Amino acid sequence: MGVTKTIKNKPKTKVEEHHHDHHEESFITKYIFSEDHKVIAKQFLITGIFWAIIGGAMSSLFRIQLGFPDMDLTALSPIIGNWLTPQGKIDPEVYLALITMHGTIMVFFVLTAGLSGTFSNYLIPLQIGARDMASGFLNMLSYWFFFLSSIVMFISIFVEGGPASGGWTIYPPLSALPQAVSGSGMGMTLWLFSMSLFIVSALLGALNYITTVINLRTEGMTFFRMPLTIWAFLVTAILGVLSFPVLLSAALLLIMDRSFGTSFYLSDIYIAGEALSNQGGSAILFQHLFWFLGHPEVYIVILPSLGITSEIIATCSRKPIFGYRAMVYSIFGIGVLSFVVWAHHMFISGMNPFLGSVFTILTLIIAVPSAIKAFNYIATLWRGNIIFTPAMLFSIGLVSFFISGGLTGLFLGNSVVDINLHDTYFVVAHFHIVMGSASFFGLFAGVYHWFPKMFGRMMNSTMGYIHFWITFIGAYLVFFPLHYIGIAGFPRRYYSFTNFETGRIESFIDLNTFVSFAAILTFAAQFIFLFNFFYSMYRGRKASANPWKSNTLEWTTPREPGHGNWPGKIPSVSRWPYDYSKPGAKDDYIPQHIPLSSTKESNMPEDEHR
Amino acid sequence: MNLVVGLILILSLSAVFLFFRSSEILSVAKKRISDSFEDGNNNINALSGVIFLVLSTIGIIWYSYDQFDNYFLPMASEHAPEIEVLFWVTTAITFTVFIITQIVMFYFGYKYRFNKSRKAHFYPDNHKLEIIWTVIPAIVLVGLIGWGLVKWNEIMGPPPEDAEVIEVVGYQFAWASRYPGPDNELGNSNYKLIDVENIVGIDFSDSSSLDDFMPREIYIPKGKPVLFKIRARDVIHSVYLPYMRSQMNAVPGMPTQMWFVPSKTTEEMRAETGNENFNYEIVCNKICGRAHFSMKHTVVVVEEWEYIKWKNSQKTWIEKNPDYYANFIKNNSTDVAVLND
Repeated sequence: MGVTKTIKNKPKTKVEEHHHDHHEESFITKYIFSEDHKVIAKQFLITGIFWAIIGGAMSSLFRIQLGFPDMDLTALSPIIGNWLTPQGKIDPEVYLALITMHGTIMVFFVLTAGLSGTFSNYLIPLQIGARDMASGFLNMLSYWFFFLSSIVMFISIFVEGGPASGGWTIYPPLSALPQAVSGSGMGMTLWLFSMSLFIVSALLGALNYITTVINLRTEGMTFFRMPLTIWAFLVTAILGVLSFPVLLSAALLLIMDRSFGTSFYLSDIYIAGEALSNQGGSAILFQHLFWFLGHPEVYIVILPSLGITSEIIATCSRKPIFGYRAMVYSIFGIGVLSFVVWAHHMFISGMNPFLGSVFTILTLIIAVPSAIKAFNYIATLWRGNIIFTPAMLFSIGLVSFFISGGLTGLFLGNSVVDINLHDTYFVVAHFHIVMGSASFFGLFAGVYHWFPKMFGRMMNSTMGYIHFWITFIGAYLVFFPLHYIGIAGFPRRYYSFTNFETGRIESFIDLNTFVSFAAILTFAAQFIFLFNFFYSMYRGRKASANPWKSNTLEWTTPREPGHGNWPGKIPSVSRWPYDYSKPGAKDDYIPQHIPLSSTKESNMPEDEHR
Repeated sequence: MNLVVGLILILSLSAVFLFFRSSEILSVAKKRISDSFEDGNNNINALSGVIFLVLSTIGIIWYSYDQFDNYFLPMASEHAPEIEVLFWVTTAITFTVFIITQIVMFYFGYKYRFNKSRKAHFYPDNHKLEIIWTVIPAIVLVGLIGWGLVKWNEIMGPPPEDAEVIEVVGYQFAWASRYPGPDNELGNSNYKLIDVENIVGIDFSDSSSLDDFMPREIYIPKGKPVLFKIRARDVIHSVYLPYMRSQMNAVPGMPTQMWFVPSKTTEEMRAETGNENFNYEIVCNKICGRAHFSMKHTVVVVEEWEYIKWKNSQKTWIEKNPDYYANFIKNNSTDVAVLND
C-alpha cells in the first residue's frame, strides 16, 4: 500500500505528462531500476524475446543435424566454432547440450518469465484498477534476479565442457556425474545456480501477483468481475508459489550430491572404471521432486496464455466469453489437479505399477476442465461478429493447438498406451503443440493486443497476418509429422538414426528433412515479428486510448499511462468485463467502469450478480 | 560467402522495411468507413482459415493412409495387439473430436466474420450445454481409463511362474545380458565387483552364479513368457523393444523388471518385413550421454526347441574366463570354504 500512497501524493499533472517533456526521473530509475510494473513488464518481455531468439536458433541447429545429417556446417564456424567435428558436423555431446538448453530456455526463460513476467506484471494492476503492484521494490528485485539468472545461464553456454546436456529434466545420475557427460561439469553447476536464482525471481513475482490481486482491486471489482486474464494469472502464481520451492529443494539435493559427497540420488554406481562409494540414494526420488514442479510448470506456461486468449476472443468476437464461471472453475480445476498428476511422466521409470494406475486416473480427469475451456472458446465464436486482428488470429491458433495437442495427451496419460510411446517423438509432438506452440501463440496474441497500450502505437497488422499464417502453418508442419515418427517407435534425444534398428534407417529421412526445413522457415518468419515489434515502437501509427473497443480497465488509461496508471482517481467498477453487444445498448461494448445507472436501456436482471 | 550472406540480409531487411512503410501508407489511405477496428483483411483471414482446414485435413488423412506401413510397426508380442487396440480406439475418438472441433471453429470464424450491419448475439452462458460437454467427455474418459487400467495391470502385473528369467544390464553405451544357467537361478551380483572382465559384477561366492552364462546376443523363445530383470551400472537407461511394445527404465541402484511373450520369431519377422537383415534390438530410450543414439543390443527370437538347443550349447561365464575365477578363488578361499561346508 505504501507505493500506492506515494504515487497518489504526486502532482497529478506530472504523471500525465509525456515522458520526453520532463526529467524528474533519471534514465536509470525510469528504465533500468524501475519499480513501475509496466516498465518491469517490458523488461521481462525484451529479455524473453532475447532468449526466444537464442532458443529458436538452437533448435534450428539441431534440426539441421536431424534433417540434413550430411551437411557440412564449416561455414558456420565463425559463430559456433569448436562445436563442430572436423567433418563440419555438430558434435554428439553438443547436440545433447543444444536440446537441453533449448528446453530450459524455452520452458523457463521464455514461456515462464517472458510470458507470466510480462503479462502478469503488465495487466494485473491495470485490469484490477491498482496504481502498481503491492510491492514495487520486490517486483523490481524479481526482474533483477531473473536478469542475474539469465546472465549465469548465458555464461554457461560458453564454459569449458559446454552447457548442461542431460536433457532439460536433468535426471541424475547423468546430471550428477561429470564422468557421464562433459556437460555435467561446470555447465551443470551453472545451470543449477542459474535455476536457483530463477526460482527466487519466480517466487518474488508470484507472491506479488497474488497479494496484488487479493488486496488492491479497485472499488466494485469483486472476484467475479475480474477478467479471465486475472484469474489465470492468479492461479498461475499460486501454482508457482507451491511448486517452485520443490524444484529448489530438488536442485539443492542435487548440488549436495554433486559437490558434497551425499547420496540422495546416487546408489550402486560403477562409472569410468571406478565403483563410487555412494549408496542408498534413489534416482527416482529426483524424478518425483522434479515433476512435482514439472507438471504444474506446464500449466504455469499455458494458463496465462489461456487467460490472454479468453480476453482477446471475447473482445474480437464482440461477445461475452461463453460460460464465464465455468471458465473460472476450470482454471481452478486445472490448477488443483495439476498437482496430483506428476507421476504420469514416470509410468515406466520403475516405480510401482499401482502408482501408475492412480496417476492414470488423475491425469485423465484433468482432461475434463481442459475440454470445457476448449468448447467454451468455440461457443464464444458462435454468432459473434468476428474481427480477425493479428491477436485474434493467434488466439484462434492457440485454441487449435490446445485441442490437437491436448487430445494426444489422452494417449500418453493412459499408462498402458504410454508403454510404447514413452520418450518417443510422439511425446515431443504432444508437448510442443500443447505447451510450446499454444503458449507461444498466447504470448504473440498478448503482444499484438496490448502493444498499443504498452508503447502507444499500433503494430503493422498486414505484417501481423503474414507472421501468423507462416507461423501457424509452419508450426503444424513441424510438429504434426513427429506423431508418426513417434508411433513408429523412434526415441527422442537421438543424435542420429544411422545406428538405429537395421532396416529402419531410411523410414523417415525425407520426413525429417521436411520437418527441419519447415522449422527453419518458421524460425526465420519470426524476424518479421521482431522487425514489426521494434520498428512499430517508434514508427507505428499512433494508437487511440482504446483501439479494440474493449471493456477492461486498462483501456481507460491515457494513451501512454505514466507511473500510477490513471492521472486522476482510479475508476470504480460496476459490471463484469464482458458486456459486448448487449441487446439495447447503443455501442457494441460497455466498459466496466460505466455505472449501471447510465445504461438503463440495456440492463438485465442478471447484471446485479455479475 | 560472407559477403553474399550479408547482402541477402541487407536486401531482405530493406524489403521488409519497404513493405512495412507501404502497408502503413495504404492502411491510412484506405480510411475505414465503419468505426470498427476491422481493416479490410477480415474476409481473407476468415477464408484462409477454411482453406487451411481443408488442405490440412486432406494432408493428414492422405499421409496416414499412404504411409501406414512405414509408421505402424508389426507386432511381435502377445500383449502388443491389446495395446494397439486401445491405441487405435483412442485415435478414432480423438481424431473425430479433433476434426469436428477444428471444422466448427474455422467454420464459425468464416460464417460469423465481421459484418458492420450485424450485431453479435449476446449469449453469456447455457448451463445445459455446459453440463453436456462436461459429462460426455467424462464418460468417454472413464471408459478409456477403465480399459487402460485393466490392460496395464495385466501387462505390468507379476510374471507367470514359468517365465524365462534373463538379466539385462545397461551401461554407457551398451547392454549386457546374463542367463541363470541350468539351475534356473541368477547368482547374486554386486556393483563393487564390476571390472573390465566381470562387467555386470557377478558375485561368485554365491554358488548359483557358477553356471550363469553371458551370451553376445539375447535369445528368447517364441510363445513363452520372458522376464527381463533390469539393472543399470552408471546412469539411467531404458530397455525399449518397439516391436514388442515393451519398455522399462534401467535405474542404477534400483532393479526393475518387465515381461512379455514373444509371438514372432526373427525369421518370421524377416519374411514379413521382407528385410533379410532384420533383427529385433533393445534400443536405449533414456538420454544417457554421448553415444545414447547408438546404444543397442540384438535380440533373437527363436522357436522353443531352438532356444533349448542354443541354451545347452552355451558355455558358462567361468568356463570362458577361467583365469578370473581362479583368481577369485584364491582371494576368497576362506569364504568359499565356508560356503562349501
